[in-house]
Amino acid sequence: MTTEPIEAKPKKVRNFALLSNRAGAAFLTPAGLLVSVFVIVPFFWVIFVSFTNRTLLGRTALNPEFVGLANYLSLFDPATFFQRGQFGFSLILTTQFVLASALLGQALLGLLLAWLIQTVPPWVKRITETFVIAAWILPEVVIGFAWFAFLDRDSGTLNMLLEGFGLPPGDFLLDQPFWVIVVFNTWRGAAFSMMLFNSAFSSIPPSYFQAADVAGASSWQKFRDIGLPLIRGHIVTDLILITMWTFNTFTPFLLTNGGPSYRTELVSIYNYRVAFQDFQFGKGAAVGVIMMLINLAFALIYLSIGRKKKVR
Amino acid sequence: MKLTIPAFVGRIAFSALAALIGAIFALPLLWFLFAPFNARAELGLALPDPWTLNNFVTVFGNSYAVQALWNSFIQAVGGVILVGAAATLAAYALSRSSIPGKGAVTYILLLFSSVVSGSAAMVPIFLIVSAAGLMDTHLAVILTFAGGLLPTAMFILRDFIDSIPKSYEESAMVAGASPVQAFFDVALPVIRPGIVVIVVWSFVNIWGSFLIPFILLRSDSNMPASVAIYSFYSEAGTPIVTLLAAYSLIYSLPVIALYLFVSWKFGFRFFGGIKA
Repeated sequence: MTTEPIEAKPKKVRNFALLSNRAGAAFLTPAGLLVSVFVIVPFFWVIFVSFTNRTLLGRTALNPEFVGLANYLSLFDPATFFQRGQFGFSLILTTQFVLASALLGQALLGLLLAWLIQTVPPWVKRITETFVIAAWILPEVVIGFAWFAFLDRDSGTLNMLLEGFGLPPGDFLLDQPFWVIVVFNTWRGAAFSMMLFNSAFSSIPPSYFQAADVAGASSWQKFRDIGLPLIRGHIVTDLILITMWTFNTFTPFLLTNGGPSYRTELVSIYNYRVAFQDFQFGKGAAVGVIMMLINLAFALIYLSIGRKKKVR
Repeated sequence: MKLTIPAFVGRIAFSALAALIGAIFALPLLWFLFAPFNARAELGLALPDPWTLNNFVTVFGNSYAVQALWNSFIQAVGGVILVGAAATLAAYALSRSSIPGKGAVTYILLLFSSVVSGSAAMVPIFLIVSAAGLMDTHLAVILTFAGGLLPTAMFILRDFIDSIPKSYEESAMVAGASPVQAFFDVALPVIRPGIVVIVVWSFVNIWGSFLIPFILLRSDSNMPASVAIYSFYSEAGTPIVTLLAAYSLIYSLPVIALYLFVSWKFGFRFFGGIKA
């Protein structure tokens, strides 16, 4: 390091854009077109379609008529709103599903796992992580079938285990479909929270924990007084992201088909049924609009938190 | 390091709890390790009796099943190429040019990409694809996924490019390279690890997806494995377990291989919002 540093570069160079505006625009065009057509146009198109009586087949497939708020009124018709297989039922079901499987299930289990694997021997950590991540990355169809086999009433692994422990077996897909998809989604998605919290915990300086060790703190005290407060920001991020993903997930369809008798019909599945099985595109579009509004609310909260972080 | 007895017991308890949770996560998957090799596989967990590779032979003898794997491959690779190329160009422009309104564009894209999910936008996506005359084509699936995955891919890559010093390309340009040359010959090789991450991530997403091909495709000859797997049901609607298990395993292999590749090459590092 004897030579003079090459700091003599004029300041101009630093602000000088490597890519001219024209080249930059050209570079942005392919992505811009794709995102416009398949993300931005759908957003506005779905709003437009939701005010028509468009169907998949028949006369109104080609010449849909403008019906004003009729689709929304039928979704929010107070006479049927809370009935099974109706929009309100589905919306409440989805809310319970998000609360139970994302906010309680995935986040708490992910937090517990992330904390546990900080201290356990490396081989335990690796094995546990492998299975938790496998549950998350394997294709959803495969996972759906694995659970179908796992829960099978007559020969499924779960009932085999229950009988082994002397507990009564059950037909869980038929009797407790809601709790099945809650457990299923917790199992499927806990990996994300685990990895997020794991990287958050690893970013805490080890000296904090060593100091606590010297003072004789228990693991629970370290978790409560050091770990938890320092990753508060990550927890908020995690909760918003998994809420949005769980709200939009379609995967339980592969396990239960929305049934039996609509008991696991989340809004995503309701949307599919109305549009592609009942062929009512207008009404399906209205469901889509409401889903997007809910997504928008969460996204705005998320982005505003992200911005605040950057400003700080 | 000395451990007191309670600390030692605590550590064993922690390990036991972690191992127990790991085992619970493994339980539904264990079936897949045995059933594909079992000539008489049923839905229950059982050691293969007798061991066989016949289930795989049957799968590969089923032209529809093989065609479906090939279709998954076409759709995933097509989508990956499009996402990789478009995201790299766009992310580079977002990082290195000073186009006015860059920040606003980024914000709007981020917002839209999280608002317009596949399950909320299935109706308009279906209508756009059908208006474009692309219904029941590979291209429909490829373009839809490219559009949907691009925003996230662009942000991950842009952050990656932002972390690379501009001086690399600057020195190339001082040496007389044009900006485009500086991009292809200097920046691109440096960005490559970031592109690999995007490519793996998009591949896994498209390969494993069900809903989009399910609504956009009609004919058997275009169906990817995720939808075609439902053909392994008997007339009565009961699953043909041996075939389903073997097929599921084959269908999962690329994902497992890519996971191992990424964790070997980079360590399974964490990228925010890596899953759509």
